[in-house]
Amino acid sequence: MSKKEWPLWEVFIRSKAGLNHKHVGSLRAADAKMAVVNARDVYTRRSEGISIWVVESKDVYASDPSDADSLFEPADSKIYRHPTFYDVPDGISHM
Amino acid sequence: MNELSIDKLKSRFQEKIDNDIKIEPNDWMPDDYRQTLIRQISQHAHSEIVGMLPEGNWITRAPNLRRKAVLLAKVQDEAGHGLYLYSAAETLGADREETIDDLHTGKAKYSSIFNYPTLTWADMGAIGWLVDGAAIMNQVPLCRCSYGPYARAMVRVCKEESFHQRQGFEIMSTLANGSPEQKAMAQDALNRFWWPALMMFGPNDAESKHTEQSMRWKIKRNTNDELRQQFIDVTVPQAAMIGLTIPDKDMQFNEDTGNYIHGPINWDEFWEVVKGNGPCNKDRIDVRRRAKENGEWVREAANAYAEKRARRKSA
Ligand SMILES: [Fe+2]
Ligand SMILES: [Fe+2]
Repeated sequence: MSKKEWPLWEVFIRSKAGLNHKHVGSLRAADAKMAVVNARDVYTRRSEGISIWVVESKDVYASDPSDADSLFEPADSKIYRHPTFYDVPDGISHM
Repeated sequence: MNELSIDKLKSRFQEKIDNDIKIEPNDWMPDDYRQTLIRQISQHAHSEIVGMLPEGNWITRAPNLRRKAVLLAKVQDEAGHGLYLYSAAETLGADREETIDDLHTGKAKYSSIFNYPTLTWADMGAIGWLVDGAAIMNQVPLCRCSYGPYARAMVRVCKEESFHQRQGFEIMSTLANGSPEQKAMAQDALNRFWWPALMMFGPNDAESKHTEQSMRWKIKRNTNDELRQQFIDVTVPQAAMIGLTIPDKDMQFNEDTGNYIHGPINWDEFWEVVKGNGPCNKDRIDVRRRAKENGEWVREAANAYAEKRARRKSA
């Protein structure tokens, strides 16, 4: 067993110009540079990407799933934020 | 977190599963769901990694450059599959080093198919066609598995598998249409890999103790026997197409259901191989163990280099 495990990295890939980087998975690497090279081999063997971000997993701070109700409920109740909430008289167009 | 009783949490969890809502790493889950997944995903990862060995055996002896490049790419994909899966297991809290050590001590299992030797080049054809073919049958339903990271890993894997099966079938069909010696070689590979490939789906439903719970959790979507039957039904006509014979003299076609009914499977052989007494079990684990030991200095050097660079940056 090796003394020190390589840290875990989360991998994000931009599949083509104009799109966001998207989380694709994780991998182990000694440092960020190696994580990028490994991500190239593990996650882009079939031209799945043109750009890679890696972030050490321990640096990701995530919301707690058990807080989901209190975090996201306020958005659900404000239906007036959606265009379908409003009556538009017949005959009005371009709106 | 509110004070919810375990029962309440469990019923909410099952409700999510029933409504096809995926479970993600930080969500609450019953401990036996977690343990079942860790066991299944790590076994799956080990199978991908050990699965490189029988084919790796022929890379240097591929008959031409095209076949060699294809086989290399295929084996590299299997390494990738193993890595996606080890990562998925880690999202459940499994420690990667421990997971790998469990393989090396024999505590963890992997697919018993990889304990058979690859004696001729035709075995590369039989493996791609039958072994990857059976793996695809197993993996396609896993793309809809209830655990998000496992399902997503399976989507990636399945996209890559179809080339694996095609390159194998191409090897088989080329040999089957070649000289009498080549055709005999293809038939011999089919004879040796057919039954072990059927065993890849696991014991009969009546003997499979985890199936029921796994299906309730939507980790598993089909039973072993269902998947085995699907595999047989698609593969038998493919063999006929290239003029090879399925080595099962008892096989019968059921006109009513459209199924090919196979003869008895030698389950004693299956359990012997699972227990570690197959032709290559010991060799496969020895090779993996040596790979880890011989790579130790490389991992240490990478750590030392990373530390040195980090120090220089902060100086
Ligand atoms: Fe694979
Ligand atoms: Fe494969």
